[in-house]
Amino acid sequence: MSGRKVIIDTGNSAVAYAVKDAEAKVIAAYPITPQTTIVEKIAQFIEYGQMDAKMIRVESEHSAMAAIIGSEAMGVRSFTATSSHGLALMHEMLWYASNARLPVVMAVANRTMGPPWNIWADWGDAMADRDIGWIISWAANNQEVYDFTLISYRVAEDKRIVLPAMVNLEAFVLTHTSMPFEICGEETREYLPEYDPAWKLDPDDPIIMGNLFSPADTMKLRWDMWESMERAKKVIAEAIREYNERFNRNYEGLIKTYKMDDADYAILSMGTMGEEAEVATDVLREEGLKVGTVRINFFRPFPREDIIKTLNGVSRVIILERSSSIGASGQIMQDLGQSLLLEKMQLDVNDVFIGIGGTDVSYEDIVNIVKKAIKGDLAPLYWYGSEGW
Amino acid sequence: MVTVKDLAKMEDLLLKGNAACAGCPIGVALRTTLKALGKKTIMFVPACCTSVVQGIGPGAAISVPLFNTAFETAASVASGAAAAAEILGKDVTILAWAGDGGTYDIGLQAISGAAERGDNVLYICYNNQMYSNTGIQRSGATPLGAWTTTTWTGKTEHMKDMGMILIAHRVPYVAATSVGYPDDIYEKVKKAKEKKGFRYIDILAPCPPGWRFPSDMTIRLGKLAIETGFWLLYEYEDGELRFNGYTKLVAEGKREFKPVEEFLRLQDRFRHLFEPKRRDDILEEIQRWIKERFEWYLSLAKI
Repeated sequence: MSGRKVIIDTGNSAVAYAVKDAEAKVIAAYPITPQTTIVEKIAQFIEYGQMDAKMIRVESEHSAMAAIIGSEAMGVRSFTATSSHGLALMHEMLWYASNARLPVVMAVANRTMGPPWNIWADWGDAMADRDIGWIISWAANNQEVYDFTLISYRVAEDKRIVLPAMVNLEAFVLTHTSMPFEICGEETREYLPEYDPAWKLDPDDPIIMGNLFSPADTMKLRWDMWESMERAKKVIAEAIREYNERFNRNYEGLIKTYKMDDADYAILSMGTMGEEAEVATDVLREEGLKVGTVRINFFRPFPREDIIKTLNGVSRVIILERSSSIGASGQIMQDLGQSLLLEKMQLDVNDVFIGIGGTDVSYEDIVNIVKKAIKGDLAPLYWYGSEGW
Repeated sequence: MVTVKDLAKMEDLLLKGNAACAGCPIGVALRTTLKALGKKTIMFVPACCTSVVQGIGPGAAISVPLFNTAFETAASVASGAAAAAEILGKDVTILAWAGDGGTYDIGLQAISGAAERGDNVLYICYNNQMYSNTGIQRSGATPLGAWTTTTWTGKTEHMKDMGMILIAHRVPYVAATSVGYPDDIYEKVKKAKEKKGFRYIDILAPCPPGWRFPSDMTIRLGKLAIETGFWLLYEYEDGELRFNGYTKLVAEGKREFKPVEEFLRLQDRFRHLFEPKRRDDILEEIQRWIKERFEWYLSLAKI
């Protein structure tokens, strides 16, 4: 087997390579900045004969998701990618993918929703789709972008799960930033076998998907999705373990912890801010503050048990959120809240909105925030920089 | 040419126990379509009366695989399925089966996209000229003057000409037919099946509760629509437009269209055009529209 090699390329290219290595056969997509270079590269792979797949250049994102729902329902591994307004337009069809139990995979280049027009990073686009029954991951670097895409196919198609999966990568910070990452090439085949659908549209065995159902039968179907998503915690962990062994990675699981063993204070975040928080952690440690970082890799299913376990012994959590549920709190805060309630645990929490609309977030910002929080000088719900507005 | 007697002998893929109303035109249109296409057919059905006609899940009264999809996505889901069928090397007809709301209005963009791309989809609109499944609301296919639950005093605009929109896409096959002529439906679906690319058939489907006529008159109204020129039987194929049946006879000068009133009077959706006060302004406009539309078609057609 061959094909494993390290390349230097963008996050969008990492997605394209992963889709090629996953041997997805139908790709439907509509262009939106900053997703475009994903589908440009896939189109090039196909047209240059490096990838055996069919590309449907649809006339909208709604049709992109609809088309891969059609191809996946026929039993063919499918893919799309979008961002921001494109994802919002798809929203209706995301339900069809999950409720019809079609394990499609989609990359989302997280971008701010308008108005005003803003093409930079923000989690708000994907957060609006968190309650639909999709497996949702957030990458922090291009290696994770590539790896999470393959892991997503493996988990989504697992017969114990059969739910669609979304891989998030933040606009420009990842989509258009080059860094080294290893691709698995043909070795992917050992990890991700040929797609064997749980159900498909086949004249030899005709079934009807999605006609009128009674309320009671519908509720059972939703329960089954709930159970599958709960089960996904275990299946993702398994899939990551096997991925680590096969490709020499060292992913911890649904979350990544950094210096949490003896931490008094924890920074909780996702994506690139979660990685930046590790740098801040080192700086704060040098100043004698026992800080650690928890980064959520998989946001759905929400890794409640893992987070609660690592927060045991911590007195304060500082959450960095690149989106807000306006009128309530940040979305990570909401999920941490439900976790604390369910585990009968109490913690001091600062929910910090930062990086919204693509504003730059450096480790220095995070250091300042954490220091203020530890001193007790930070409101529980705090918009970073808002004192000057 | 197949006869209605021949059709009766063919295997039914729309099963007994389906949930159609008495006199429902879907019974004729879908039954005939599936007889023409056979078992190697996969259906994609958006929100429409056929969503209900299938019956309550997990059972179903249609004997081919079927995916129920969102209102505006019959064409786009079918596009994906057609791509998958090509990848799999499967010899199946990908059939998008939608009402006029899902076709003329909310689904138009996806249809235009699939038609422009030449996706290998047979798209059939069974057209009862309104949103029937939601309770008889006006659609882009509703004719001038028709009562609906959102046009209580009659629609103030003419219907959209969907067939011409598809012809403008230069797809391999466009046809219009009517539930009044199951043999015509059969022949057109059969012909469309043998072609590749995006194909469109518009079947006029008189609906007893929506058009407000007794349920034993579906076929009669389907014929009268043609005989009055209110709806045309035609095919656009290989770049040429041709008429069929009664429409062809009129085009050749062998028959004349009957006055449209003969068609309108049988439907209570048009009753307000006749009583309490006769609305000559609207009746004349409908008659004028029929003449003008037919002349437009004639100017493009090879008879």
